[in-house]
Amino acid sequence: MSDHDNYSDAHIRDILASVRSIAMIGASANKVRPSYFAATYLIAKGYDLYPINVGQAGNEIAGVMTYASLGDLPEPVDMVDVFRRAEALPGIVDEIMAMPHLPKIVWLQLGIRDDNIARKLEAEGMTVIQNRCPKIEYGRHCGEIAWVGVNRRIISAKKPILKPGYQHFTLEGQHA
Amino acid sequence: MSNEPGFDTLAIHAGAQPDPATGARITPIYQTASFVFDDVDHAAALFGLQAFGNIYTRITNPTTAVLEERVAALEGGTAALAVASGHAAQLIVMHALMQPGDEFIASRKLYGGSINQFGQSFKSFDWHVKWAEGTAASDFEAQITPKTKAIFIESLANPGGVVMDINGIAEVARKHHVPLIVDNTMATPYLCRPIEHGADIVVESLTKFLAGHGNSMGGIIVDGGTFDWGKDNRYPVLTQPRPEYNDIVLAETFGNFAFAIACRVLGLRDLGPAISPFNAFQIITGIETLALRMQRHCDNALKVAEYLEGHDKVEWVSYAGLQSDEHNKLQKQYMPKGAGGVFTFGVKGGYEAGVSLVSNVQIFSHLANIGDTRSLVIHPASTTHRQLDDDQQKAAGAGADVIRVSIGIEDADDLIADLAQALKQL
Ligand SMILES: Cc1ncc(COP(=O)(O)O)c(C=O)c1O
Repeated sequence: MSDHDNYSDAHIRDILASVRSIAMIGASANKVRPSYFAATYLIAKGYDLYPINVGQAGNEIAGVMTYASLGDLPEPVDMVDVFRRAEALPGIVDEIMAMPHLPKIVWLQLGIRDDNIARKLEAEGMTVIQNRCPKIEYGRHCGEIAWVGVNRRIISAKKPILKPGYQHFTLEGQHA
Repeated sequence: MSNEPGFDTLAIHAGAQPDPATGARITPIYQTASFVFDDVDHAAALFGLQAFGNIYTRITNPTTAVLEERVAALEGGTAALAVASGHAAQLIVMHALMQPGDEFIASRKLYGGSINQFGQSFKSFDWHVKWAEGTAASDFEAQITPKTKAIFIESLANPGGVVMDINGIAEVARKHHVPLIVDNTMATPYLCRPIEHGADIVVESLTKFLAGHGNSMGGIIVDGGTFDWGKDNRYPVLTQPRPEYNDIVLAETFGNFAFAIACRVLGLRDLGPAISPFNAFQIITGIETLALRMQRHCDNALKVAEYLEGHDKVEWVSYAGLQSDEHNKLQKQYMPKGAGGVFTFGVKGGYEAGVSLVSNVQIFSHLANIGDTRSLVIHPASTTHRQLDDDQQKAAGAGADVIRVSIGIEDADDLIADLAQALKQL
């Protein structure tokens, strides 16, 4: 099993730069929930986001179509981002294992960690990140989160990379 | 980088990448009140706290952001908020924690301005300070009531040079589940990192050693990211839906940096004491040499204190760096690199002698400040504490014979010679 106490910055950055599509399990339609914040941010950063929320299936969340389950996705995704309580994890793992194309990455939200489940997914060749938020990690690595005074714990003598428009940074070599 | 960079590397690099638009290596002074939106959706995402970015310099500014990340990194916190002064930082911290009728416990060994702010001004908000009568952890625990919302201490107290038992007081704070706030102005993170000793929030007057050159006012709040705000719902600013942000719950959305965000998007936004980007720039530059300066302040202060201790016109010297000092043991534990640059001593001859000394020094500047590159001196009884009677002056550590010095980074021999000639005239 990989070291889930310490992910290197390079490892996290490489994941965020290589992933193009993300299924977000537990994306909320409530505009002030953390999952909605993360969804809008990841969409703005160019990812193809697929909200998964059984109660909202067929509706749009943050402007994109929502699906009831991973099994309903119209195409394979690179990453599954789990925004649910720890109790829901076993059922989600079964759903992931049943996908015709396994995702390369399974990412468990800040506050969720289960090393047994991580081991199970890793045994199938998936990379697992636990107890992190992709929005915060993206903000750390592109630099934007520093605008609200957050300590990124990253120092660099290279410049942040601008995207078109005002005040948008991106990641070097990002595929999305 | 995978290894945590050292203190001196962080002091120069944390927060400061080359400017993405121009390649300017030094952080530009973004001297602008406002920032242009892409479109109304971008504006809505910024106002709703969904996107990271700058709207208006009262709330965020890219120059100030470098200062914030740098101090957060040096203190080992999750995030920081820079404001107009040290006192503004204290006001905003308490505004986030306190409701009318609430209490907090503070050490009596505090900068006089903080004693006024807590004891007088805060009364009009119906926030009540309870003073811990001694410096032991038990003195703080004795003041705990169901209304207590925080404990406030200075790591190294101004001007008495008292080193506080941060670990012990942090234990009391943890036991009663209130945050420990530490004013780290006099020690700076070079000498002491209170979060490592159990502090939850650090405040600092940047005006002093961080800026370091006596040229800029500033203050900062560092979020340790250690306090569980949701645990018993005693901090509604963090755990209740905020109507002005579509009912967002800050502790839930911003996790371990929610306190810094609350101070910014509620306290600073509504109370308004923003730091100027020009001051932020000056302070960023000052911090680059913090380690060099601070060590020299400490080394010089020890030499001057040792000289004064042996002088026959000096009654006593209170500097934790002296072997003979009652705080020497705690100093060795909490700030082994030095005891800081500020201390007090008593001149024989009382009030008149004090006035004579501050009038006759040539290199020391007679003024009310600390933490400058140049050496500073004040006789509190005839200046800052003039309005108090004799007993009150003594209780505040500002008796008639007391001289406070802030030792600069000049040649120590010149400082000693200056004090020698002024003492000779007594
Ligand atoms: C220990 C301490 N805390 C806070 C302050 C207040 O800071 P400011 O003057 O930046 O408001 C001072 C100022 O002397 C201080 O010495």
